Amino acid sequence: MSATVEINFTLNGRKRQLTIDAGLSALNLLRDKLDMTGTKYACGEGECGACTILVDGLSVNSCLMYAADFDGRDIVTIEGLRSDKGFDPMQDAFVEHGAIQCGFCMPGMIMQARHLADTNKDLTYDGLKRGLEGNVCRCTGYKKVFDAVADVIGIAK
Amino acid sequence: MADKVQLLTSIEKKTLIGKRVPKPDSRDKAIGRTRYINDMKLPGMLHGKILHAGVPHARIKRIDVSKARDLPGVHAVLTADDIPEFIFGMARDNRPLKGGKVRCVRDEIAAVAAESEAICDAALALIEVEFEALPAVFDPAEAAKDDAPRIHEGKDDNFNLKYHFGSGDVKAAEATSDVVIDETFNVHYVTHVCMGTSCAIADFDPDGKLTIYSQTQYPYNFKMDLAPALGMHAGDIRVIQPPIGGAFGSKLDVYPYEPVCVLLARATQRPVKLMFSREEEFINAPTRQPVRIHLRAGAKKDGTLTFRDIKCLLNNGAYTSWGPTVPYVMMRTFSSLFRVPDVNIDCQSVYTNNPYAGSFRGYGNVQATYALAIHTDIMAEALGMSFVDLALKNAQVSGEVTPQGAVLNECALAECLTLAADKTDFRAKEKEYAALRDAPGRFKRGIGMAASIHNAGGAKIHKSDGCGTILKLDDYARCTVITGASEIGQGIDAVLSQIISEELGIPMRDITIVNNDSAIAPWDVGVHASRTTFIAGNGAQRAARKARVQILAAASRQSNVPPEALDLREGWVVQEDGGVPVIKIDRILRQMHFSDEPELVMVSDYYEPPSEPEGKDHVGDMSAAYSHAVHVAEVEVDTETGEVKVLKITSAQDVGRIINELGLEAQIEGGIIMGLGYAISEELIIENGQVRNPNFRDYKLITSPEVPELDLHFIESHSSTGPMGAKGIAELPTIVIAPAVANAVHNAIGIRFHNPPMTPEKVARAIWEKNSSRAAAE
Repeated sequence: MSATVEINFTLNGRKRQLTIDAGLSALNLLRDKLDMTGTKYACGEGECGACTILVDGLSVNSCLMYAADFDGRDIVTIEGLRSDKGFDPMQDAFVEHGAIQCGFCMPGMIMQARHLADTNKDLTYDGLKRGLEGNVCRCTGYKKVFDAVADVIGIAK
Repeated sequence: MADKVQLLTSIEKKTLIGKRVPKPDSRDKAIGRTRYINDMKLPGMLHGKILHAGVPHARIKRIDVSKARDLPGVHAVLTADDIPEFIFGMARDNRPLKGGKVRCVRDEIAAVAAESEAICDAALALIEVEFEALPAVFDPAEAAKDDAPRIHEGKDDNFNLKYHFGSGDVKAAEATSDVVIDETFNVHYVTHVCMGTSCAIADFDPDGKLTIYSQTQYPYNFKMDLAPALGMHAGDIRVIQPPIGGAFGSKLDVYPYEPVCVLLARATQRPVKLMFSREEEFINAPTRQPVRIHLRAGAKKDGTLTFRDIKCLLNNGAYTSWGPTVPYVMMRTFSSLFRVPDVNIDCQSVYTNNPYAGSFRGYGNVQATYALAIHTDIMAEALGMSFVDLALKNAQVSGEVTPQGAVLNECALAECLTLAADKTDFRAKEKEYAALRDAPGRFKRGIGMAASIHNAGGAKIHKSDGCGTILKLDDYARCTVITGASEIGQGIDAVLSQIISEELGIPMRDITIVNNDSAIAPWDVGVHASRTTFIAGNGAQRAARKARVQILAAASRQSNVPPEALDLREGWVVQEDGGVPVIKIDRILRQMHFSDEPELVMVSDYYEPPSEPEGKDHVGDMSAAYSHAVHVAEVEVDTETGEVKVLKITSAQDVGRIINELGLEAQIEGGIIMGLGYAISEELIIENGQVRNPNFRDYKLITSPEVPELDLHFIESHSSTGPMGAKGIAELPTIVIAPAVANAVHNAIGIRFHNPPMTPEKVARAIWEKNSSRAAAE
């Protein structure tokens, strides 16, 4: 059997302690071991952004991260993305702007949008388009995604 | 509790039709709560994996699965030797597992069920296979020759389908032409790239009845098509449709992984889940059909089109899914886009050792419109006209009938053309940019237009194009609508809820749509042909009207107001005139239910659109409505790198009537971006039968930085047959965009691209060749 490792981390605000295979990906830990399927598999090689999560507040493709590297970190997934008032304003805006069709890529898209909003004080409309480049969507024309994010951040086109 | 009748003196009619309504399922999707099929686990579930041939044409000399069978955690290993020869597919040329020989790289030669995907992968690596290579053929023109290697034994040639349509006298019409343009186009392979990879879960009960959790977008015919691949009776198959990550036509057929998954479940008597990796998806999911289109057409000096003579050769690949039937739609475009009485069309589809095509949004019309709209631009140039004026000269008017028998009721083609031209200052810019082509400067601007027609009221390609609806109201005026119409992300949940809300005067949140279980919902053809809003919308409206009549009759008996003077608004029965409240809807429902003559409001409807199948001569009014879209693309070409930057797309589309403006925009925006990929970046590169770019790095989708400004305009022609006047809308935006971009690129740099996509490499090379030949001439 492969080597195991013990990790201690915070997942969506709760402390967790787990013993896992050292080679396990963060994506597979979330989806297969913890049954948190909001984070999606769509390519497994960091090219589509469907598996985006926040690690210490920064967006990461969880398919490319070892679960062992969760140790000591603060992890937020789409299931834990909430504000004091309820859902995260990004989640509400995506719904209200009609940015969601099949929705498969949207958890990753919303996590990336949250990262952009939190880490860029002077984000422009063009800047957010650039910042979402790593998140592939096949249903929408992206425009409603841009509009949703711009609405939350408070920037005009 | 007493109703607050006294407090309400008047209730006004409010409507959701035409409003911006978020999809009812979008909240769950935004918070990660939606459980897609790819996310599902059943108790005791095993995982399945397939061993694909990886070679394009070969005899299987030996296959040994004994080591795989011995691996701990493996429950079953199947090859063609382990199952009867189940034959399936529309041409009866496919098998779940292939024995004897393989005909393309996808061919499924063994399958494993095991405790985990990792064990499956380990088991597949232990299977020993020896192939003896056979001569292979990949080019359809080569495959069409008499002495080409045979793909399927027992056939006289490699052709699998041939179509002909003729109308009028093409030769005579050519003789009257002042200009004849003869061009050949080669359109390429692309694939759907659904974000959720292909997935199925199969589960048998002890009586041998199958439940399959499926991504299918045509659940009822899916049962019929799946049954022969399993040696089962279709009646013993129950199809459950969990949420899926996109479809776009790719789930309109049975593909071998689905019966393979079921056969593994049968062999193990355990639920089995089979899901593709992204690489498997790129290689094994269907493609859009590549086609060689030879288009010869003429016009008189004044722009009147005289004839079209078209020959198409389609690369079917090794097996027959929907791919080779795309000429049904291609021929419609050639005979129906603009007025042209004399038409001759020959389309042939030929087997090759390539992976095989299926249906893909636009269904042949993408390919046909690419050729025809560029050809029209070339014709316009030859006549010294603008595209828009040539198109307007030949635009049909309402009520005209095309050579294939399509009756163009509520035709808004001229309005689409005029609006698109006016919004973009098209004629002036077209001239201005053409004049600047040879001026100094690295970046060249261009503007281009394209138009297309598509069925917008279903498509009667089956004996029935109908949809069943069951509607019930409970004692609390909560409404459940059980419909055959599937939800694949397109937003039928919102559209049906809006229509029911409109008819019954109840809020959308009190309406539940049930449409994901073939044992519950009534029959429907499936989500295809831009048909669901039109067909299922009509069905839902008819069912709701039956319920409405029943409620109003009861309210009339109680209030002595004639039913025709009553209306349903905001949860109330009211007097139509003045909106005076009569009784709350839930209250009258309870009174009906618990009266001396008890009645429940539960109604059903089967809606069959007023259309007819094509005859053998390919003539027939096969859709209950038709629609047009016109796109204008504005581009900037970098003449050093060859990059085509699309700056703005202006779209004018006849939508009949807007039901959900938010969903309508979403479909059109998404369709444009998908079509833009076809135009400038996407190509599934297949060399010697092998897919060379099975990943997101090398198969370039349009992503957010490349999204141009989108300016959408809707024309409401009010279809006399559509629900509330609506027409189907979802395919046209994907169909019409690529030739608009190609025409814009020509406007910018004077070069035609008959072989999309217009990638930087291709464009830069064409510019270099043009400059070289010009230099040589000087």
